[in-house]
Amino acid sequence: MPITAEFEYVKPKDMDEALHVFSLYREKARALAGGTDLVVHLKEGLAKPEVVVDLKGLPELGGLALNGDVLRIGALVTFSDLIESPLVKAKFPLLLESALTVASTGVRNRATVAGNICSAVPSADSAPALAVYEAVVLVRGLKGERRVPVAAWFTGPKKTALAPDEIVTAVELKLPAKKHAGCYMKLSRYEGEDLAQGGIAVLAFADNTYRVAFCALGPKPARCPKTELVLNGNKLSEKLLEKAADAILQEVSPISDIRSSKEYRLHMTRVMLGRALQAAVARLFGKGPKYGTENIA
Amino acid sequence: MKTHRINFTLNGEKVSIEVEPSDVLLDTLRGRLGIKSPKVGCDRGDCGTCTVLMNGRTIRSCLALAVEADGADLVTLEGANTRKWTQKLQVKFHEKNSFQCGFCAPGVILSATELLEKNSKPTIHDIKEAVAGNLCRCTGYEPIIEAIAETAKGK
Repeated sequence: MPITAEFEYVKPKDMDEALHVFSLYREKARALAGGTDLVVHLKEGLAKPEVVVDLKGLPELGGLALNGDVLRIGALVTFSDLIESPLVKAKFPLLLESALTVASTGVRNRATVAGNICSAVPSADSAPALAVYEAVVLVRGLKGERRVPVAAWFTGPKKTALAPDEIVTAVELKLPAKKHAGCYMKLSRYEGEDLAQGGIAVLAFADNTYRVAFCALGPKPARCPKTELVLNGNKLSEKLLEKAADAILQEVSPISDIRSSKEYRLHMTRVMLGRALQAAVARLFGKGPKYGTENIA
Repeated sequence: MKTHRINFTLNGEKVSIEVEPSDVLLDTLRGRLGIKSPKVGCDRGDCGTCTVLMNGRTIRSCLALAVEADGADLVTLEGANTRKWTQKLQVKFHEKNSFQCGFCAPGVILSATELLEKNSKPTIHDIKEAVAGNLCRCTGYEPIIEAIAETAKGK
């Protein structure tokens, strides 16, 4: 299908040039990195920019590196880059686990983490993992740089805290100091390439504290503070899992859509939370399933 | 709209063409450059039949703007016989009768090529994951998965 909309294409050679374009065109400029969402939106007429700004000429947006205890994921880092990184596998395996569930290899070779959170669909697979790692989104405009906690990033379905004259430069994750393990449990209609019907990420710490977040079970991906409150300070037990499952149902608000009914999502929220917690705790003690395999809900 | 002069390598040959910002890579390959192995399927990144190799990695050519190919090394099935695994895979796919209508075949072959270039000892899980983004409606995947597994083992 050809793209019928007309727009200009620019590929800035430095950050200043890029920021000037966004400052000038604002909502009429669209950033292009992997293009796996933008090109679909251009074809379907959902995006009608006057200018498409290809960010791939900006080296400062690249780079996947650990500085001290902070992992910096440059805005051009793709899901395949994450998956192939020994660093991510060793230090942030939950991020690897969620990246492996994103679409398919041919999409992951281009799609970026930053693009995933800028598209901000409720089912964004990277979002629950970023939420439990308490990631920070680095954005830049002509006025300077801002650091937006991922908890404040998603403002609604396909809406974010990014201003029209800003771009995302990187996402930063701090390695938790305490001993921990995680699990991303994705519910999909079949193994392989599918959007999430629901997703739950858990980080479990050796001191019996927990972080829980979801995607596709509400209008935007989010942490679950009430569930965490129920869990914190306690060892996992069947009784605790029941209480936690009751709590998370207060925090999710799924809808019925083409992928699933609301009722099924609510039921599976309980199931996924239990399985994710059990897998995360098992991994904490060196057991449980290997990251990235066999733990699809 | 302002057109852009782009230069890239296509199956080992240098190409220099003018493109409009809204030209999609898949349409440019098929319509202007005579490259017909990548097919127009879902046209939104789901089915994988438009797969080409860009700088050694499979991408959805339906989701790339032609202008993004500037400076790239593009390989389509037409030029993939120089890759280490492609012809071995083709022989095995043929032997196993892995395809019926053949519409998905170019994408599957390139995805399998990329897999074996990165990982020459894939597990069945790795193989399924590698071709999960290439939809086949004819053969039910089993002969595709078997062919890739046997190619890797050198059977």
